[in-house]
Amino acid sequence: MTDGIFRQLLRRPAGLTVLVVLGLFYLIAVFADFLAPYSVTDQDLRSTFHPPTALFIEDGRLHVQRYEMHDGENDNAGYRKVPGEGSPISFFAEGRDYRLLGLVPMNRHLFVVEGPDRLYLMGSDQVGRDIYSRLLHGTRISLSIGLIGIAISMCIGFIVGGLAGYFGGVLDNTAMRVTEFLMAIPGLYLLLALRGAFAEDFTPTQMFFLIVFILSFIGWSGTARIIRGMTLSLRNRQFVLAAEVMGQSSWKILWIHVLPNVFSYLIVAATISIPGYILGEAALSFLGLGIQDPSVSWGLMLSQAQNPQVFMEGYWWFLVPGLAIFVTVISFNVLGDVLRDIVDPKQKFLRT
Amino acid sequence: MKTLIAKRLLILIPMLLAVSLMVSLLMSLAPGDPVTQFEMMPDVDEDYLQRLREDFGLDKPWYVQYFHWLGQVVPFSYDPQAASFFQRFDFTPNFGFSYHYRTEVWDLIVQRLPATILLSLTSLLLAWLIAIPLGVLAAIYKDSVFDRISQMLAYAALSIPEFFLALLALVFAAWTGWFPIGGFTSTEYDFLSPWGKFLDIAHHLLLPTIVLGIGGVAGIMRIMRANFLDNIRAEYVTTARAKGLSEGVVMFRHVFRNAINPLITAAGFAFSSILSGALLVEIVMNYPGIGQLVYDALLQQDAFVVQAAVLMSVIMLMLGNLLADVALSMNDPRIRYD
Repeated sequence: MTDGIFRQLLRRPAGLTVLVVLGLFYLIAVFADFLAPYSVTDQDLRSTFHPPTALFIEDGRLHVQRYEMHDGENDNAGYRKVPGEGSPISFFAEGRDYRLLGLVPMNRHLFVVEGPDRLYLMGSDQVGRDIYSRLLHGTRISLSIGLIGIAISMCIGFIVGGLAGYFGGVLDNTAMRVTEFLMAIPGLYLLLALRGAFAEDFTPTQMFFLIVFILSFIGWSGTARIIRGMTLSLRNRQFVLAAEVMGQSSWKILWIHVLPNVFSYLIVAATISIPGYILGEAALSFLGLGIQDPSVSWGLMLSQAQNPQVFMEGYWWFLVPGLAIFVTVISFNVLGDVLRDIVDPKQKFLRT
Repeated sequence: MKTLIAKRLLILIPMLLAVSLMVSLLMSLAPGDPVTQFEMMPDVDEDYLQRLREDFGLDKPWYVQYFHWLGQVVPFSYDPQAASFFQRFDFTPNFGFSYHYRTEVWDLIVQRLPATILLSLTSLLLAWLIAIPLGVLAAIYKDSVFDRISQMLAYAALSIPEFFLALLALVFAAWTGWFPIGGFTSTEYDFLSPWGKFLDIAHHLLLPTIVLGIGGVAGIMRIMRANFLDNIRAEYVTTARAKGLSEGVVMFRHVFRNAINPLITAAGFAFSSILSGALLVEIVMNYPGIGQLVYDALLQQDAFVVQAAVLMSVIMLMLGNLLADVALSMNDPRIRYD
């Protein structure tokens, strides 16, 4: 069943395009260590707010342009090219150690600068960290939080919605009141209140799971309501009644008869809600309540761009993570819409 | 209609009780309390801190604190010593005292709430003003270049994070210097003429409104387009055309009024995301609304302020939905709530 959806998805130009884009992003997330010349925390206080470095070719090899500091106008220190000087770049060379997929120890990188100069493809931030490297590493958190969060809240949503729709009565009433309660508070206010209940000092891993937990806690209610509605209508269909008469257990009926019938809707609902998780994490990190140094996410990078120097002198490359969030979210939005067109062309259950 | 309003307002009571209970629990779970920040100060002794905690009731379990708060919050008190009969009754809600701002929480709310309500309404209005004509045109000229472009723009507007847009707006304001950065009014506000006051507030409001409004445009536009398309194919349109009515009358007097119904409900739902968006925009653009208040209060562990601000957001959301339902039944007499 999902096989058919996937084939139809590939046949549509919009679907194919966003699948390629998202696939590329996930590849980047997996191979971030290989693609990035520097680590997340690798800083150089002598080259803060460095503009993107120029490249030139000499002796058939690509070189990084050397820069020197100079006093510019208005007492602002600037960077000036040193003509003809620089460091060569070697490809597939050995560099700092890392573990591929967190398992395989490796030290090969796509490119490594041999020499004192630093390569800033997208400039550097206020402590001289490479924005390009941080952007690639940030992909991991921003992209995985959506998938993990949605998996958790879809599970809760299906179990609660399915049980409520199937058994009805007190259970149904309670579940629906709880979802109404969660929906009565504007999302971010609830998010902040929940976040307020936890301490500030967490390890990056703990923080990651805390954010996932909070986002899924908020996110399951919408799914539960849709699933409940669908289970209610499935409940009195012949095949469910037949299964009941034959004495199948309620769990089995939910698992074998209800789940396959709502599965395609679950997938679409999941895709449509993923942007909410990505934006939620970005917003939390942006507010300083989510991912924190030494870890990195796009939201955190944007929060670090809130700096008078960025505003007044226009270091536009600082806003690159915002663009990354934008592209990811728009891809998931388009994917969700295309999937919905395939699964639910009349938009009976899923409307925006 | 009256039963609808009464019902909704009655539901609000248990909802507010549940929300306030949850917020109290969450705030009590947080490590530390408002007094914790004084522990670091070398010249404050332990006994004083202990006395502070006892005075504020911070040494009691959270549910005791909650019921104490609940007893205070009911906006009604009786003072037999007051001079005249009417002064004996006091209707000011007592939301407690802010540890951080050293003032009544209610005063803070009264200060901040209008700014947020104003921002939400103007951005909702802006979103409607842009989205409805775009949606209608996209539906009338379906599959044209205009339709394609507006759909693409809708996707873009839907996907751009509010805080990113707010950041871009800040950069824009800093570069051009055309707009004030943050604030609700200028420092010289009190000396301005009424017209000048209005312009001053509008000047401060413009950029946040645009930032917040753009996010809302996409959703409304897509719903408007879909509804309009549904209604164009309806039989009453054929009838109207057969009667010889002009195309403009058919589209705007017949189709438009029918197509706008679901939008009114959608406005109620959009209000939730507008309030969330307003929170981010207020924080980034330093706009003194209730969202900024709740964020600052959270960082300071100012429990009563968080409590009051979250409750206000719930009330705003519920009233927004209620207003949408009332407006819907006014636009469409067929709809009855019983």
